[in-house]
Amino acid sequence: MFETVWIIRGLVGGVLIGLAASLLLIANGRVAGISGILNQLMVPVRGVEFRWRLFFVIGLIVGGLIAQVLVGGAESLPPSLGTALVAGVLVGSGTRLANGCTSGHGVCGLSRLSVRSLVATVTFIATGALAVWLSNRLGG
Amino acid sequence: MNQGKEIQNETMFQMVGAIAGLLFGAGLVISGMTSPEKVRGFLDFTGKWDPTLIFVMGGAVGVHFFAYRFIRGKQSPLFARAFQVPTRRDIEPKLVIGAAIFGIGWGLGGYCPGPAIVSLAQGSHVVLAFVVGMLASSWVVGKLDAQFEARKKACAETAKLQASSTGQQHATR
Repeated sequence: MFETVWIIRGLVGGVLIGLAASLLLIANGRVAGISGILNQLMVPVRGVEFRWRLFFVIGLIVGGLIAQVLVGGAESLPPSLGTALVAGVLVGSGTRLANGCTSGHGVCGLSRLSVRSLVATVTFIATGALAVWLSNRLGG
Repeated sequence: MNQGKEIQNETMFQMVGAIAGLLFGAGLVISGMTSPEKVRGFLDFTGKWDPTLIFVMGGAVGVHFFAYRFIRGKQSPLFARAFQVPTRRDIEPKLVIGAAIFGIGWGLGGYCPGPAIVSLAQGSHVVLAFVVGMLASSWVVGKLDAQFEARKKACAETAKLQASSTGQQHATR
């Protein structure tokens, strides 16, 4: 059941995400694509370009914890451990091939009016919907 | 003024990384996007549809769009020498195939990379399994892709070399 409070929470959260990406762009000139940030952390090169990404990821976790304590989140987990592992493998390989995820293509790319990102976003929403539809019918 | 080091102010540069992360993580939790149930609810167009993600995307893009407007006339960001913004415009098969694979995983697990990382704080082995699978597969696919691209380039160069040295029209690998 969709509660109307999620309209406000969605908008407020979305604005915070937009501010985060804008701060990173205007101050550092970098794009807030999380899959890309994680990938760059797995490259064996250390330096300031590594450290801002590390601090971003630490901030991500701490910021989430603070919000969880202050306003609470909508807690749930993936359907099962096996599903989570398979889903993780698909998300990791897919975002690597596509060069971005919901943040890089969805938020940043669409804000830049990038056609590549629009194509990616429409594609992953479509196959995501298909996956949910199938898993609901197959009792997943 | 913009000569010299790429990073003009290292302390601020890293501080911005941390603050952006804090805001981003808080935004994901406040908007409910760290909940696989809500994300899968958004993707469930034929069932009990949950439109929250639309408002999240609307809020984020609504703000960030103006940031791109703002930097259009700027030579450089505040703390670095140059903007590093993607400029590719080609729609290649890898983009579409990758996005399709990502979407399936997103729908099955209900996590994209950001929310999965934030949810690590829950201390659940289910979240850990997702993140380990995600990072490991991205690493492996990245390595394979780099090898594939290198081989493709080498093949193209060999073909060109053969064609020019022997004068043959068709070159094998």
